[in-house]
Amino acid sequence: MTEKISFRDVVKTFPMKGTDFTALNGVSLDIADREFVTVVGPSGCGKSTLLNMAAGLAEPTSGDVLVDGSPVTGPGPDRGVIFQQYALFPWLTVRQNVEFGLRLAGLAADERRKRAEHAIELVDLTDFADALPKTLSGGMKQRCAIARAYAVNPQVLLMDEPFGALDALTRVQLQDQLLDTWSQDKRTVMFITHDVDEAVYLASRVVVMAARPGRIHRIVDVDLPYPRTEEIRLSPEFGRIRNEVWHSVYHQGTAPAAA
Amino acid sequence: MAVITTPRKRATRPRTRRTERRGQVRSLVLNAIALAAGVAVWAVLAALNVESLPGPLAVAQKAGDLIADGTLADDLLASLRRVFTGFALGTALAIPVGFLMGWYPTARGLLEPYVQFFRTIPPLALIPLAIVLMGIGETPKVFVIFLAAFLSCVVAAFQGVVDVDRTLINAARVLGASDRVIFLKVVIPASTPFILVGMRIGLGAAWATVVAAELIAAQEGLGFRMQHAQTYYDLDTIFVGLITIGVLGLVMDRLLLLAERRLTGWQERR
Repeated sequence: MTEKISFRDVVKTFPMKGTDFTALNGVSLDIADREFVTVVGPSGCGKSTLLNMAAGLAEPTSGDVLVDGSPVTGPGPDRGVIFQQYALFPWLTVRQNVEFGLRLAGLAADERRKRAEHAIELVDLTDFADALPKTLSGGMKQRCAIARAYAVNPQVLLMDEPFGALDALTRVQLQDQLLDTWSQDKRTVMFITHDVDEAVYLASRVVVMAARPGRIHRIVDVDLPYPRTEEIRLSPEFGRIRNEVWHSVYHQGTAPAAA
Repeated sequence: MAVITTPRKRATRPRTRRTERRGQVRSLVLNAIALAAGVAVWAVLAALNVESLPGPLAVAQKAGDLIADGTLADDLLASLRRVFTGFALGTALAIPVGFLMGWYPTARGLLEPYVQFFRTIPPLALIPLAIVLMGIGETPKVFVIFLAAFLSCVVAAFQGVVDVDRTLINAARVLGASDRVIFLKVVIPASTPFILVGMRIGLGAAWATVVAAELIAAQEGLGFRMQHAQTYYDLDTIFVGLITIGVLGLVMDRLLLLAERRLTGWQERR
């Protein structure tokens, strides 16, 4: 098992009124190539900060963040990021949004067009390729953002509560669609969520974090086969794992004594 | 049965283009009624000889005369030329300066005191100084208009850059965009709505300033014409000037509003 993303003893502090606020305290985590890992935890546990460091949008105060064995120095198209707020460029159509990264990669127009078509088809937005984001529903906007990230063919997908702002029904649909896309073409996925069901349904491993200071509380293996189906979602085994994760999210007890 | 179904149908039907159009026609009719009523009140006041006010007919006749002998067109062109020169120079400088201030904290620190200071001085208050330094030709007038347009637009452009959504910038960065690309492809389009609002305010300020600047020292222009008419107690001409200024200001504002709608139609209105 080769590691795609490694966090080595990562510490992140923010200056706050005289003292430093510790957002992350000594986090170490390895995510394997083509693995789907979800991260859950209470707000303020630093899960988004962890993802931003892998994305290259934040730097650790100490410790190392490695992708493919080399330290992250900044954002790059090898790591696609999907934000909770969709972050679509509102003045561009769906197609132009998806082509944004391809244009930056310097692709020729016809190749760009082809790749964008494919990504848009993957998320089932072909009929809306020329629509502006303001005319799309929340779920469609997030599908467009996913297509935009997929189009540049990143090795790693970093998803920061991507379905957090959607209604429950749309969320389940997008989860299935995401797994479908992922199983067709496996990438390494780090997926942040505050929804325990979502975390268990998607991942092969669930990382449960604790707050104040932010740290890894537990890692729960999800021994359920892919493709995940409704049958699996309703199975007793799924329920058992969900309860286990639920328990470790909501009953974390007090912070462990410093080692 | 038709009587029963018709209202239900209407209630569930979403706002179509047709109903929207009906609303527009309705408000246009109301506008026209208000306009006619205003002219009627004016005519009555003039007929009662209140403050020896000229009536609509006398003013219309005067307007006809001024159009016929070319005076109105000359004045109009003189005023418009000043406004557009000043406004074009003002916004052309305001947009890069506003961007600079929004993008580089150093530029902001250096420029902001001057922008904020001059913003508190009405451009008209600078006319005496401008005349002393630049004479009574076109330069001081255009300069004052330039300043008025620049100051209203620069703050809007600056605010536009500062308010660009951080997640949009991050989204571009993770797709591999350099600072230059982020500036050109994200910051500029995202701040366009602010800049256009600034331009509208700037044009209003420029228009307000030109007339006042012409009141002081000019040989032609709408402001000059009214000042000239004042000495001869020529109320008709003053009215023609006022109405022309109002109508033209309105037309320019509507044109910019139209451009704004065209360029920023992508905005989500909440």
